[in-house]
Amino acid sequence: MKLFKNARVIDPVQQIDQVMDIRVNGNQIFETGENLIPNSQEEIIDLAGKILTTGFVDLHVHLREPGEEYKEDVESGARAAAAGGFTGICPMPNTKPVCDNDTITEMLVIKGQRTGLVNVYPVGAITKNQDGKELAEIGMMKKRGARALSDDGRDVMNSLVMRRALDYAKAFQMPVFAHCEDTALAGHGSMNEGYYSSKLGLGGIPKEAENIMVMRNIMLAGLTKGHMHISHMTTKEGLELIRQAKKDGHIVTCEVTPHHFSLTEAAVESYDTNYKVNPPLRTQGDIEALIQGMAEGIVDVIATDHAPHDLEDKDKDFSNAAFGISGLETATALTMDILYHKHNISLLRIAEMLSSKPREILGLPEQKIAPGNIADFTIIDPELSKKADKGKFYSKGKNTPFHGVTLKGWPVMTVFAGKIVMKDGEVIEQQ
Amino acid sequence: MGIKSKDLLSINDISIAEIDEIMQNARSMKQIIQRDIKKVPTLRGKSVINLFYENSTRTRTSFELAGKYMGADVVNISASSSSVKKGESMRDTARTLDNMAADVIVMRHHESGSHKILAESVNARVINAGDGKHEHPTQALLDTFTILEHKKSLQGLKVAIIGDILHSRVARSDVLIFNKLGAEVWFCAPPTLMPSKAAELGAKITYNIEEALTDADVVIMLRIQLERQDSGFFPSIREYTNFFGLNTRNIKLAKEDCIIMHPGPMNRGIEISYEAAELPNAVISEQVNNGVAVRMALLYIMGGGRPSETV
Repeated sequence: MKLFKNARVIDPVQQIDQVMDIRVNGNQIFETGENLIPNSQEEIIDLAGKILTTGFVDLHVHLREPGEEYKEDVESGARAAAAGGFTGICPMPNTKPVCDNDTITEMLVIKGQRTGLVNVYPVGAITKNQDGKELAEIGMMKKRGARALSDDGRDVMNSLVMRRALDYAKAFQMPVFAHCEDTALAGHGSMNEGYYSSKLGLGGIPKEAENIMVMRNIMLAGLTKGHMHISHMTTKEGLELIRQAKKDGHIVTCEVTPHHFSLTEAAVESYDTNYKVNPPLRTQGDIEALIQGMAEGIVDVIATDHAPHDLEDKDKDFSNAAFGISGLETATALTMDILYHKHNISLLRIAEMLSSKPREILGLPEQKIAPGNIADFTIIDPELSKKADKGKFYSKGKNTPFHGVTLKGWPVMTVFAGKIVMKDGEVIEQQ
Repeated sequence: MGIKSKDLLSINDISIAEIDEIMQNARSMKQIIQRDIKKVPTLRGKSVINLFYENSTRTRTSFELAGKYMGADVVNISASSSSVKKGESMRDTARTLDNMAADVIVMRHHESGSHKILAESVNARVINAGDGKHEHPTQALLDTFTILEHKKSLQGLKVAIIGDILHSRVARSDVLIFNKLGAEVWFCAPPTLMPSKAAELGAKITYNIEEALTDADVVIMLRIQLERQDSGFFPSIREYTNFFGLNTRNIKLAKEDCIIMHPGPMNRGIEISYEAAELPNAVISEQVNNGVAVRMALLYIMGGGRPSETV
């Protein structure tokens, strides 16, 4: 037994925000209450001044396994997740080979279980080899643990195929995650199209390349009544489209990444390839709209789009460097620093975006801070200020633009199935 | 008595009383085809033309034998070996046949609604032997006949139709006749093979075969055309079989006296497992036999004279 004492408990399912104690037995919550009396055999963890929420689930990570284990693998990604306060992660299928079948799906789930650090909920490909042509074996993947579908890295450009995917996925109650990008319009751009791309002489990606596909995908959700989840949304216009889609009763959800609510295209002026990401960093106006959307509840989820790369892939000129940011280990701190401290977004809303909503989208059972529930907790010290340090990353990907940036509010403990798997930034191996 | 409508293009062309009459007659016809000498002179001097724009073995042979057992003169025309291939329009083909004094024209066509053109252009009575993805009323009648041989009535029965509903003319005729006769019809298919407003056709919709099978009185499996995979309607045959195929395990969810039907031709091992097609309650070969009897009854009722005389 473990007794977590004096934590400020945030439970977005029951809308609880109050200081209480939690007793955990094995992998489950045994009881909750104020001033629970410790017994002699149990470990007591004093969390005065700390926030304890239901475990965070990241809908969007790249674990690079199979095929590019030099960038990341399930184990290193699981450690990075635990270090970042996450108890569940959804690896995207753009691996080599693509996760478009039940065998790779099952392998990812089993490897995840073996780490004992995190739940791995694979995202299966929408189409075979992510070619955008033929549906992948969606039912077979669901049977082996896939919880969602995506051809992430590209959109399904053929609208008939996307329509079929949304239709077909209904039989298996799976959401379709769309990477909204009109590939022809985006061309070979490497940053947002605008003043900075004009000035820096870099190929621009107009935001319309994203907005057009957000619009199309919403319309297909309307046609099929399927669940369309818009991945890594970055624009003000996209947000307005989603606001309207929700009003119209379509099953449309969306996510925003920490780097898109914290950085603008101006950062690219350094030509630092750590700022190269797809979709690209946008403008201050977009950031303000996204943060407003998060405050209002239009944005459903914060997801990292954790995209680890090795040095080789990033140590190039800006146009030829790989897209992506290694995000698992800074996401919670960026959220706390920017959304909680600077924009006063409530902890309940934050926990909703990082815990209950992603679970709901994946069709996972609700997790509450109540007896009988699995003890997955993210514990945050809201007042802890420290510099992000890529040297301490558990991820193999050190590609972060936040190295050396001081952020306030860090995860200090992760509890996964009743076990403390991270304490003060140190991952505690479970194997 | 008789059938008021000149043509049988849709189940909507016939009333419940007319369906009953067809069923009664079909019962007598079934006795005839069980005799050693099957020929009766009822339609002697009448002509039946089988006009088939689409290949068919089962339905064409069934109509041909039905006509012959009844003593009619039966002519088969298949599109591949006729003036159709030379580019004649359907209206002209129809008039040509009409001028040869055909009494009944049985047509199958690959385009939905094509029978309307034929029926408008001829004096002969037209029987739809399948039009595109629209209807196949004689299959629905023989399905009904087959069910009634095993159940007292269709009232209150749960009938599950499982497979490629989107492209199925059988499903569209079946749902009409079964609803007319008081059954509860379920459609089950992957969502990509379900018409977008299927519920408005009068069926309950599910994408889960177990839900469709649970407590079913009648299960009708539809053929999955293998080329549908190439057109992207479903990912693979093995996935289709896994989630939408009938087997000896999932059939246990249906009622114990449930009957299993299939309009044929079957893809064993795909929409129906080899073993499931051989279960004692599979009545698939009875359907073929009943097809001849039902078509004899129809030719009798419709070929006996002009609608004005039969009323």
